[in-house]
Amino acid sequence: MAAKLELVGIKKMLRGRQVLDGVDIDVNERRSLVIIGGSGQGKSVTLKCPLGLMKPDAGQVLVDGADVTRMPPEIRQRVMRKFGMLFQGGALFDSLSVWENIAFRLINADKVSRADARERAIEAMRKVRLSPDFADVRPIELSGGMQKRAGLARAIIAKPDILFFDEPTTGLDPITADAINDLIVEMVKELGCAAVSITHDMASARKIADEIAMLHNGKIVWRGPTASLDTSGNSMVDQFVAGRAEGPIQAVV
Amino acid sequence: MNPFASIGRGTIGMLSEIGRFSAFAGRAIAAVFSPPLFLGQFLRQCWQIGYLSLPVIGITAVFIGAALALNIYVGGARFNAEQFVPNIVVLGITRELGPVLAGLMLAGRVSAGIAAEIGTMRVTEQIDAMTTLSTDPFRYLIAPRVLAATLTLPVLVLVADIIGVMGGYLVAVNSLDFNGATYLRNTFDFVEAQDVILGLVKAGVFGFIIAAMGAYQGYHSSGGALGVGRATTNAVVGSIVLILAVNYLITAFFVE
Ligand SMILES: Nc1ncnc2c1ncn2[C@@H]1O[C@H](COP(=O)(O)OP(=O)(O)OP(=O)(O)O)[C@@H](O)[C@H]1O
Ligand SMILES: [Mg+2]
Repeated sequence: MAAKLELVGIKKMLRGRQVLDGVDIDVNERRSLVIIGGSGQGKSVTLKCPLGLMKPDAGQVLVDGADVTRMPPEIRQRVMRKFGMLFQGGALFDSLSVWENIAFRLINADKVSRADARERAIEAMRKVRLSPDFADVRPIELSGGMQKRAGLARAIIAKPDILFFDEPTTGLDPITADAINDLIVEMVKELGCAAVSITHDMASARKIADEIAMLHNGKIVWRGPTASLDTSGNSMVDQFVAGRAEGPIQAVV
Repeated sequence: MNPFASIGRGTIGMLSEIGRFSAFAGRAIAAVFSPPLFLGQFLRQCWQIGYLSLPVIGITAVFIGAALALNIYVGGARFNAEQFVPNIVVLGITRELGPVLAGLMLAGRVSAGIAAEIGTMRVTEQIDAMTTLSTDPFRYLIAPRVLAATLTLPVLVLVADIIGVMGGYLVAVNSLDFNGATYLRNTFDFVEAQDVILGLVKAGVFGFIIAAMGAYQGYHSSGGALGVGRATTNAVVGSIVLILAVNYLITAFFVE
């Protein structure tokens, strides 16, 4: 059976730099893949290519075995409905209330009535443990952790098959971060979706990943089950996990 | 540095910018004419762009009408043609000053506002988020703004025409010893439908330019707050230059 999502040889040049130089990843239903890697290594770009937010220069994006980059736009749009994404900065719409954010897709793309959409938004808020009292406030008034929860609720409301999380715990205190990790694990299990997350928070990676892949210099340099992270035998992974400035990876500051 | 090379580079840069803007404007028009239309967004923009611009437009129009009357009086007196004040005021306002000044004022108010709002949404990834929520930003964000500006600007200019003529009337009657009834009769006898129509056509085109330029600059902004600031400035400068150039072309076309 084909993987739920598979990237084959994705290449992307940005500002004259080969950011992605043939990235291959695949992830199955009910599996959670975490991509680790240094800042500016192209982790966010790796998620933007399958979402159609960036066009890869070369390579294929296969969803259930079909290449979305070669589909006519109308069909591609239908396939894109299978995706949900939690953005690095939250990317909540600041002109809309929290519930309108969460229900955005229901109201504007799926033509669900506002009353039903509100009900489903509040249900999603309960699921991510965000009090429904915040339904009518603007996202600006939420704390960072609450914004992540709102973003998560927005990503899962239409029950996607494929979920992307871009640095879900960055900028949160360790306890809130762990609560978000638990939520991610719970949502992936409940929806049975294929999940791809990006993080440089190793505690988070160990918690949410079935498998971990490391992106460096535009390629996946190592990949393996979470349990094998400490025995990878790859010096770059060892350096990253230990958080050392000295090693094969040069910190560019 | 070779001056010819830099002039050439500048020209090529400007031409490709015009090309990119035209492509963007074409996409915006296509989005206006392809369903779904986000009616709520459209009505909100009519309120934002149309209704909330009334004070700016009214104040501009009344002072311009008043100043115009004074200048024409002084100029007309040089060859004993003072009595033509009402005729020239109404002609100047409806054909030229109403639409152009409304366009310039709204380039500041509306184009900058659209560029800042859409630009902020771009750099905070809200536009990307919208795409992942299966909603086309061109239909949801850009089409309602472009349509609202194109439709409300003619209405604003009609209001500006009336207030501008009134400004001229007030000055003429109060400080230039014109008879009020005669002034108004001369105004309405003289102005022709085509004068007003020319102004309203211009207004619609300017409204389109203002919204499309603001959206274009915002949509393509990058690089945080600095980028949004640059987008806002470019939107104002770009729409003003384009309004003045297109104003000449439309006028020339109608005069032919
Ligand atoms: N829209 C864009 N236009 C031009 N260059 C870009 C764009 N987005 C990203 N880049 C460049 O691509 C490279 C990778 O960026 P990316 O955001 O994927 O990094 P990242 O691995 O997610 O880093 P971080 O951990 O800091 O989020 C960077 O050098 C960045 O400058
Ligand atoms: Mg990133």
